[in-house]
Amino acid sequence: MSAHATALTDHAQRSRALIRYTVLLAVAVLMLYPLLWLVGASFKSNSEIFSEVGFWPERFSPTAYVKGWKTSTEYTFATYFLNSFAITIPRIAVTVVSCVLVAYAFARFEFWGRKLLFGIMVATMMLPLIVLRLPQYLMFRELGWLDTYLPLIVPSAFATDTFFVFMLVQFLRGIPRDMEEAALIDGCNAWQLLLYIIVPLLKPAIISVVVFQFIWTMNDFMGPLIYLASVEKYPVSLALKMSIGATEEVEWANVIAISVVALVPSVAVFFMAQRHFIEGTASSGIKG
Amino acid sequence: MYDNKRLGFLFALPFVLGVLLFKLFPFVASLCLSFTQYDLIDPPQYIGLQNYRELFGDDPLFRKSLGVTLWFAILAVPLRVGFALFVAHVLNFKLRAIGFFRAAFYLPSILGGSIAVAVLWRFLFSKYGLINLALVKLGLEPIAWLADEHYSMWTIVLLFTWQFGSAMVIFLAALQNVPVSLYEAAECDGASKAQQFWRITVPLITPVIFFNLIMQMVHAFQEFNAPYMITEGGPLNSTYVLALYIYDQSFRYFNLGYGAALSWVLFALVAALAALSFWSSRYWVFYAGEKDGAR
Repeated sequence: MSAHATALTDHAQRSRALIRYTVLLAVAVLMLYPLLWLVGASFKSNSEIFSEVGFWPERFSPTAYVKGWKTSTEYTFATYFLNSFAITIPRIAVTVVSCVLVAYAFARFEFWGRKLLFGIMVATMMLPLIVLRLPQYLMFRELGWLDTYLPLIVPSAFATDTFFVFMLVQFLRGIPRDMEEAALIDGCNAWQLLLYIIVPLLKPAIISVVVFQFIWTMNDFMGPLIYLASVEKYPVSLALKMSIGATEEVEWANVIAISVVALVPSVAVFFMAQRHFIEGTASSGIKG
Repeated sequence: MYDNKRLGFLFALPFVLGVLLFKLFPFVASLCLSFTQYDLIDPPQYIGLQNYRELFGDDPLFRKSLGVTLWFAILAVPLRVGFALFVAHVLNFKLRAIGFFRAAFYLPSILGGSIAVAVLWRFLFSKYGLINLALVKLGLEPIAWLADEHYSMWTIVLLFTWQFGSAMVIFLAALQNVPVSLYEAAECDGASKAQQFWRITVPLITPVIFFNLIMQMVHAFQEFNAPYMITEGGPLNSTYVLALYIYDQSFRYFNLGYGAALSWVLFALVAALAALSFWSSRYWVFYAGEKDGAR
């Protein structure tokens, strides 16, 4: 091949790369600019919000944050954030424990009905959960659990978030059994195997479970909306809804500021763990 | 030890109980409930198919809501999946900063379901929101996104599309598994980039396209937060999706039997569409090599 031809393909390749970067950058800007603008808007004065396309505020003013944080109710957003964590943290704990146990069973053990149960698990991932809401509500009502956090936490203790089980099973299947066999020869029992071999091996996948469950539970709206009645128990998502529904005239500056605050925990967790868990989802080949 | 059947079952026990208690039982119970009239005060009363007869024969709101839901799914699912594939394709290249782009495109898909984003979206599309500000700056007419029934649907479709990141990540993993040798061979035979995309890439990743379409369809039919928060089902019920109608009947008017019947119609619809997709997949989804792959 002549030098001329190589130069040409080099040139073609470079311009193709340029096109790719341009497209990607354009999409990224288009997608992220609204978020960026809203962060800027949260520091703006009310009049500037409604007139300025640029995101950098003329003058930084924290008024919206202060007012939004106070809310029009007797509680501040501190209460609502604490409530959100009071749901999220126990839920993550029981999710991890139950899903690891079940995934271990599916990935390693032979037992009666394993194939059938695994099939049921995959099928329930496609089941529209809205069909289950009403009877679940009646069940929790019978148990006297309405207006408590139990309906939002207890089901997760039974590995009902099947997406996580699936993710962990896929992850575990990719790990050779050598270590476990060695440990068995050394006289480990099943619990010791699980605690000292499986859990450490699963750590990256467990991190994904924690991150997803954190973000999804913080995002969850319909659950709290159905089960919680008293304002003092509201999580952030319901409190936000209240701040926009209370009056016809929405105080946008405050609402925006507090929405930005509401996204901070999720965004922080996302960036702390993003390398781990984006790859985790891709390899399990499934979406949330 | 791993052939100890009792031990294995013991580990799986939480799941078995969970499925029975929180999935299977409610699933059957909601079907039973749909044959009753129940308002939480008096005990449920068996009324046979009355709820379904009313639904299909005498409920214009249901028909409207069904149409809105289908229209939403028809617009939103292909847009999200198509966009995800497009961006994944552009991203599947030896790029610097691939990590940055991947994170940037992924972020909306995990935040998008939150109420905070719905609130922000509502503001962006409000009368004097950013979108209209930008339109005016460009010399165009502002649009009453939330007040005009012809545009309201697009606000929630756009929010759904905006969250294409998770589907994109799955596409990206699949694209990276397509053997480079195929492209090299095609290049030698003089195939253009477009031909390579349609003749090599797309056929090889049809299982993943299929998977994404099914999962996104299930999501689209359950969409609740966006229409609830952004458009509140309006204007003129133009975004009154079935999930909203089910919620209203069940938890606002406490017509529990009717709500259950509605939710079963939604379930049957999703199941039928999924079955149809699985049937049609024989004709357009190609599984190469081993069947017991990653999926």
